[in-house]
Amino acid sequence: MYGPVTDWATDLDHADPEYNERAHEIWDQLRDGGCPVAHSDRYGGMWAPLTHELVHEVAYDTEHFTSQGVVVSTGRPMAPPPMGPAPPITSDPPFHQFARRLLLPPFSPKQIAGWEPEVRRLCRDLLDRMGDIVPGETVVDAAVQYAQSIPVNVIARMLGFPTEDEEYFRECVHFFLETVNQPVEQREASGPGLAPYLDRQIEEHRAHPRDDLTSYLLEVEIDGNPLSHDHVRGSMVLLLIAGIDTTWSAIGSSIWHLAHHPDDLERLTSEPELMLFAVEEFLRAYAPVTMARLVKDDYDFHGCPMRADDWVLLPFPAANRDPAVFERASEFVIDRAENRHAAFGLGIHRCLGSNLARLELRVAIEEFVARFPRFESAGDTRWSIGQIRGPRQLPVRILA
Amino acid sequence: MRVEVNTELCQGHNRCYALAPELFDVDDYGTAVVIGDGTVPPELEEKANLAVANCPEYAISITDD
Ligand code: HEM
Ligand code: SF4
Repeated sequence: MYGPVTDWATDLDHADPEYNERAHEIWDQLRDGGCPVAHSDRYGGMWAPLTHELVHEVAYDTEHFTSQGVVVSTGRPMAPPPMGPAPPITSDPPFHQFARRLLLPPFSPKQIAGWEPEVRRLCRDLLDRMGDIVPGETVVDAAVQYAQSIPVNVIARMLGFPTEDEEYFRECVHFFLETVNQPVEQREASGPGLAPYLDRQIEEHRAHPRDDLTSYLLEVEIDGNPLSHDHVRGSMVLLLIAGIDTTWSAIGSSIWHLAHHPDDLERLTSEPELMLFAVEEFLRAYAPVTMARLVKDDYDFHGCPMRADDWVLLPFPAANRDPAVFERASEFVIDRAENRHAAFGLGIHRCLGSNLARLELRVAIEEFVARFPRFESAGDTRWSIGQIRGPRQLPVRILA
Repeated sequence: MRVEVNTELCQGHNRCYALAPELFDVDDYGTAVVIGDGTVPPELEEKANLAVANCPEYAISITDD
């Protein structure tokens, strides 16, 4: 574990608990202070471009940067290119396109729309389970009792995994994303054993194929050949990890915003047609996902002497608050009509689950404000650690 | 007014389809396609501009004819 950050421009550490708490302030400070690319010697060398222009450039540049590792940690990924450990997110062109293309149809807008009733039922069920509510008194934890259970249940159903294992899946996500600053040996010794778990699911699905994503991955072919075992399992890891913390964070941050801005809550309940724009503004202003790349070979990036195997953080959330691209960038504008935000990334790795994530986010907020038209913050929020930013504890008091 | 999607640039964010389904459709891979020849009737011009202004990849363009 590294110690507290001494200087955000030269000793940046996104896994310092202070980073996610103060992220918006830190990015503004660095950008306005003339530091468009922060650096750190931690993690074996790490850079962080903070403007929209530079984030865009790195995301599009697959020649100098590889996706083989997208989560910064003290180690380096073991699985070789072009596939990497979790295709397609860890794959580079041209292989990336094959791995991505076969996953696109089940996540297309029209396929995903069919999940809406199920997502809505799940949200209502979670709200019901909060028990008797005494307005003005009852405090619920919107992160723990609500947001955290939505995406994990949806993706478990899509993959055909037992939803009773939801706590275990969250443990896996925590391990992959929040323990990144522990020494490699310590991490390896404490892993949650996801590979053997997934192997059991694969075996079970081979024996009893059904209509879910696991069976789909086992049946689908690239140029007439079935996927390798590593490919199937890697994509399962990705689908399980990519959809849970991210969407949980987006839902939580949106509720956090509404708990702190009664005027926006009031507008959202009285003008439901605003939701189309509000969802995108939640995603812009509170984008939860920062990705990463590894530098392929030594490379001079606008005067930054990057070395082979250095990490480059891709803070899409910082790009979303760059005043060079967004008017009133640091304000939340609930009816912002022009919004080219990059919450789902830019370029060839555009979030494959974006249609599902939008559906879950919209329905989760619709159902929460329908049940609780007025609520306020009721204590300290605890923010996550690392590249996915969102509330992990979010006490709100339900009002009359 | 006509809208056009550059399929090289389109990454399937599906913002256009959400904002102006009268003008854009998406295929099974989530890539946007214009409906018909992309001609925009006057009452949909505002929606066409909205779609342009929300495409993160700058993949939609408008031509006047
Ligand atoms: C609000 C929620 C979400 C956000 C903000 C988000 C964000 C992102 C971002 C920024 C990327 C780009 C990665 C890169 O450039 O390296 C990405 C990729 C990806 N996301 Fe999401 N994501 C969310 C939810 C989901 C969900 C629900 C799923 C599906 C289960 C999902 C599946 C994926 C996959 C498979 C990729 C890899 C695509 C590729 O490499 O071609 N995400 N996501
Ligand atoms: S908004 Fe842009 S990138 Fe997204 S589907 Fe439409 S044209 Fe493609």
